[in-house]
Amino acid sequence: MHIPDGFIDIPTSAAFAAIAAVGVAASLKGAKSSLDDKTAPLAGLTATFIFAVQMLNFPVAAGTSGHLLGAALATVLVGPYAATLALTIVLLLQALLFADGGLSALGLSAFNMSIVAVWVSYAIFFTLKKILPKTKSSTAAAAGIAALISVPAAAASFVLQYAIGANATFSVSAVLAAMVGTHVLIGIGEALITIFAVGAVLASRSDLVYGYTGEKASLEIRNA
Amino acid sequence: MKQRNFLISGFVASLFLAGVVSFYASSSPDGLEKVAQDIGFSETAKENTNADGVLADYGVKGVDNERLSVGAAGVIGVIATGVISTGLFMLVRRKSGTEK
Repeated sequence: MHIPDGFIDIPTSAAFAAIAAVGVAASLKGAKSSLDDKTAPLAGLTATFIFAVQMLNFPVAAGTSGHLLGAALATVLVGPYAATLALTIVLLLQALLFADGGLSALGLSAFNMSIVAVWVSYAIFFTLKKILPKTKSSTAAAAGIAALISVPAAAASFVLQYAIGANATFSVSAVLAAMVGTHVLIGIGEALITIFAVGAVLASRSDLVYGYTGEKASLEIRNA
Repeated sequence: MKQRNFLISGFVASLFLAGVVSFYASSSPDGLEKVAQDIGFSETAKENTNADGVLADYGVKGVDNERLSVGAAGVIGVIATGVISTGLFMLVRRKSGTEK
């Protein structure tokens, strides 16, 4: 879902770049609370893993492929602020080194993937966590459902940008139907990869997982 | 699992996925590209400003072997992402001993 240059006009791209920049700045502050000596390297590994898996396009329908977005995965592993930073670094490197995603569209893509997909994942994951038992398997399942919905949410966010500032005149409702329809299918792949990856980290180092230790950490007894 | 072993396993898995498995990835257009083609707005796309870069489109310029080219691009990307992101997260983290 890396937007090339030219799809969306420059004023709209600049406006979303400004919003994304505010979100990234807030995340630089917010990430401090969730990152310590142990979890900061996990956040680096999460960004690295997302870069690697974003190279692995899987077929979803005739002539269409999709790849991991990684927003739900990062949100559950390292929290929403570090997730926004991780996704933004991946998008920056992809645009600068690999010509994947337009430079003028970077703010648009960052808004959709590093901010909308992350906070949709956060809202769904922690809503489900309140209902579900506090086990590893329900943590992985909640991550999967958050992943499933985060992808069409990011796609819908692109359609909003298209509606505001597209350089083409095709109907917004046609674009919305096609984008959401395709990205629900990609979301299924997203959910499976997310469940597998969150499950693997829970099995080896559950103490590092933000979405699993979150409640416990807030009840931690501290020495004065 | 020890922190060090955990991080090394994750990094090696990422290197393997980007360096080896990436060759087998689907080359069909992704969701957004396909929708843009089907509906018709793909023509508004401009060529990427970095389209002539040495690593453009996940291949190393001048390396003709497709498997080697995409694999090397993937390895470079994994190392770059790993170094830059871990560096940034270590900078913004709460230093041990400081209040939350």
